[in-house]
Amino acid sequence: MKKSVFLGTLAAAALAGGFASATTLEDVQAAGTLNCGVSTGVNGFSAPDANGVWQGFDVAVCRAVAAAVLGDPMAVNFVPTTGQTRFTALASGEIDLLARNTTWTFSRDVDLGFTFVGVNYYDGQGFMVPRELGVSSATELDGATVCIQTGTTTELNLADYFRVNNMSYEPVPIETNAEAQQQYLAGACDVYTTDASGLAATRASFETPGDHVILPEIISKEPLGPLVRQGDDQWADINRWVLNALIAAEELGVTSANLEQMAAGTDNPEINRLLGTEGDLGAMLGLSADFARNAIAAGGNYGEIFAATIGEATPIGLARGLNAQWTQGGLIYAPPFR
Amino acid sequence: MAMDSGAPQRSFTLGMLLYDTRYRSYTIQIFALILLMLGAAWLVDNTIRNLAALGKDFSFDFLWSTSGYDISQRPIEYDSTYTHGRAAIVGLLNTLILAVMACVTATVIGVIAGVLRLSKNWIVAKLMTVYIETFRNVPVLIWIIVVSAVMSESMPAPSAFRGDTPDASMLFDSIAITNRGVYVPGPLFDNSLGTVSVLGVQPSLDIIAVIVVLALSIWANVRLVRHAAKVQNATGIRPKTWWKSILILLAPITILLFALGFHLDYPELRGFNFQGGIQMRNSLLAMWLGLSIYTAAFIAEIVRAGILAINKGQTEAAYALGVQPSKTMRLVILPQALRVIVPPLISQYLNITKNTSLGLAVGYMDLRSTLGGITINQTGRELEGMLLMMLIYLLVSLAISGVMNVYNNRVRLKER
Repeated sequence: MKKSVFLGTLAAAALAGGFASATTLEDVQAAGTLNCGVSTGVNGFSAPDANGVWQGFDVAVCRAVAAAVLGDPMAVNFVPTTGQTRFTALASGEIDLLARNTTWTFSRDVDLGFTFVGVNYYDGQGFMVPRELGVSSATELDGATVCIQTGTTTELNLADYFRVNNMSYEPVPIETNAEAQQQYLAGACDVYTTDASGLAATRASFETPGDHVILPEIISKEPLGPLVRQGDDQWADINRWVLNALIAAEELGVTSANLEQMAAGTDNPEINRLLGTEGDLGAMLGLSADFARNAIAAGGNYGEIFAATIGEATPIGLARGLNAQWTQGGLIYAPPFR
Repeated sequence: MAMDSGAPQRSFTLGMLLYDTRYRSYTIQIFALILLMLGAAWLVDNTIRNLAALGKDFSFDFLWSTSGYDISQRPIEYDSTYTHGRAAIVGLLNTLILAVMACVTATVIGVIAGVLRLSKNWIVAKLMTVYIETFRNVPVLIWIIVVSAVMSESMPAPSAFRGDTPDASMLFDSIAITNRGVYVPGPLFDNSLGTVSVLGVQPSLDIIAVIVVLALSIWANVRLVRHAAKVQNATGIRPKTWWKSILILLAPITILLFALGFHLDYPELRGFNFQGGIQMRNSLLAMWLGLSIYTAAFIAEIVRAGILAINKGQTEAAYALGVQPSKTMRLVILPQALRVIVPPLISQYLNITKNTSLGLAVGYMDLRSTLGGITINQTGRELEGMLLMMLIYLLVSLAISGVMNVYNNRVRLKER
C-alpha cells in the first residue's frame, strides 16, 4: 500500500490589523499634501474660482497650514464636504483639517472627539427674506417655510428660537448651500437661515441682491473655526499656532508686503520670534523656524485674508465687526508668541 | 485504486482529509468557515481598536436624549423636545408611508403598462415600449430630482394665489398646487370621539372607527357574494345581490360619517402658507412619483413576462368558449400569470422600500434622513446609528418578503 502523506501548509492571510502609528504631521509630510475639508461651495469662504482653484477665507487657513508644514501653499488636496459628511470625513482620517465654517460647540469638542484650534470668524445665525414679503423682524415669521441646511447647529437653533417664541414653522431640509439658494429663489421657502456671513455670501451671488433683506435678529452665537481630530496634540498645536500667527501678524503689522523686510530682523522681539529670526518656536512644533513666515506669505495676515475674500471691498461685503482685532474693539486675539 | 477499494478497514490517515472524497468536502467547508470567522474577527477587532483609538464607546444611550431638531412631515406627535429615538420612529413611519404609497402606485401603473405593451394596437404597444425603456434605463435618483425640480420651479408660490385677481387659482376651489407641495382637503369630524394613547402615539379614534366599519362592511359583502356563488352552484340560479352589496358597503359608513359630523377641511391661504387640509410636500410627491414611475417600468416587464409565459392555447381555449378578451385576461391569463409574476414582484417591492432612502436628496425626512442623517450628525454615533438603521431596513425587508411569500403560496400553481 502506497502511503502518501500530504503535508499541507495552510497559509492564512496575515490578518493582523496593523495600525499606522505615525503622527498626523509625519503622515502629511510623507504624503506631501494636506487633505483639507472645505464646504461644497460658499462664495468667499470656500469655492473654486473660474480656473478651478479653491479660493476663500476658509481655504486660506488650509493654505497657511500647508505652507507652514510643507512650505508650499498650493500643496493642499481640497475635499468638499457637506454639513452631514464633514465630521465623518475628519474622524475617519479622510481629511487632516476641517476648515468649513464649523461652529465650535461643547458636544462637538468633547463628545464627538474633535479639537477646535481657534476661532477664525465670530458669527451668528440670521434670516434672509425677499424684500417683497414686507417682513422686518424675525418675530413676524410665524407659519413661514424655512430652508435650512441639515446637520448644522443652525437647525437646532432654529427649532429652539421658534419654540421659545411660540411660533410655528415648516422646515425644508436641504443638503448644500447651492440647493438652498435654488429653493429659496424659486420661492419654495419664504426664509433662508444660516450663519449671517453665509447669508451675505449667498446674497452676493444673487442676480439682484437688493431684492433680499437680512433680518436684524441674530439668534445664536456661532464661533466658526478650523478643527482637527482629538488625540494628536502636536497636530492640533501646529494648526492652532498657524492660525494665531496669522492673527498676530495683523496685530504686529506684518503684512505680505513688508514680510521680507521684517524677516530680515526688526527691533521688536515678538516679531522676530514670530518670524523665526529669534528663538526656536518652530522647532518646538516640529517644524522649520520660518513656519509662520511661510504661512503669512501664503495669503497675507488675518486682516489681508479677510479683506481679500469676504471684506467690504468684495461682493460679499462683510464688515469686520466682532472680527476686528482686540485692539480695534473686536474679539480677534492671539496669545503671545513667547 | 481497485486494490485499495478492496481493503476492508483502512486506518485513517491525515492525507485522507484531502484525497478521500468522503472527507474532502468537510475539509474544504471547515477551512472556509475558519477563514470566514477569522475575517469577521478581524473586522470586529479592527472596529474595537479604532473606536478605542478615537476615544469612543459603543452605546445606544443617544436614542433617549433630546433630539433638538424639527421634522416637517410628522405622522405622530413630535417636536424638537422629543428624543432621538422618537425622531427615528417618525422617520421610519415616513419611510413606510412612502413605501406603501409607491408600491401600490407602481403596481397599478406597472400592470396596466405591462398588459398594454402586449396590445395589438401598434401605437399603444409602442408608446408603452417607449415609456418602459425610457424610465427603467435612467437612474431613479434623476427621476426623483426631475419631479422635485419641476414642482419647485414651475408651480406657483402660495403668494400667487393672493389678491383679487390672483395669478394662480385652486383646482375645483379645493386643491392648491404650489411649489411647496399640493394641498388637498382633509377629513374633519365635528363630533369627534377623541384620541386614544397607545405606546406614546395618539391615533384618532374617528379614523379607527371608519377603518373598522369599512373592514366589517367588506367582510360582510364577501360573505354575501360567497353565499350567492354557493346558491348558484346548487341551484343554477344566482340570486340578485347588487342592491344588497350597495346597502352593506355604503349604509354603515354613511351613518357613521353622519354621526361623527364628517366634513372636508379645505386648504385656505393664511399668512405665509396654505393652512388646513392635508399638505403633500414636494419631497413626498417627488419621492412617490419618482419611485412609482421608475419601478412601474420594471413591474411592467415582469407582468409582460408572466403573461407571455402562459401558453397561447389558454387564450384560444377561452376564446373558443366565447369568453370576451377582457374577461379572458382577467379570469384566465392573469391568475395563471401571477405565479410567475409574484416572486420577482417581491424584489421590486423590496427595491422600492430600500430606495426610499434616496429621500435625503430632496429633503424627505425618512429613516435615513432622521436617524441616519441628522441624529448621527448631531450625536456623532455613526456606527451605532448605521447598525441600527441597517437592522431596521433588514427587518422591514424581511417582513415584506415574508408577507409576499404567504401570498405567493396562495397563488402558485397547485399540484394535485
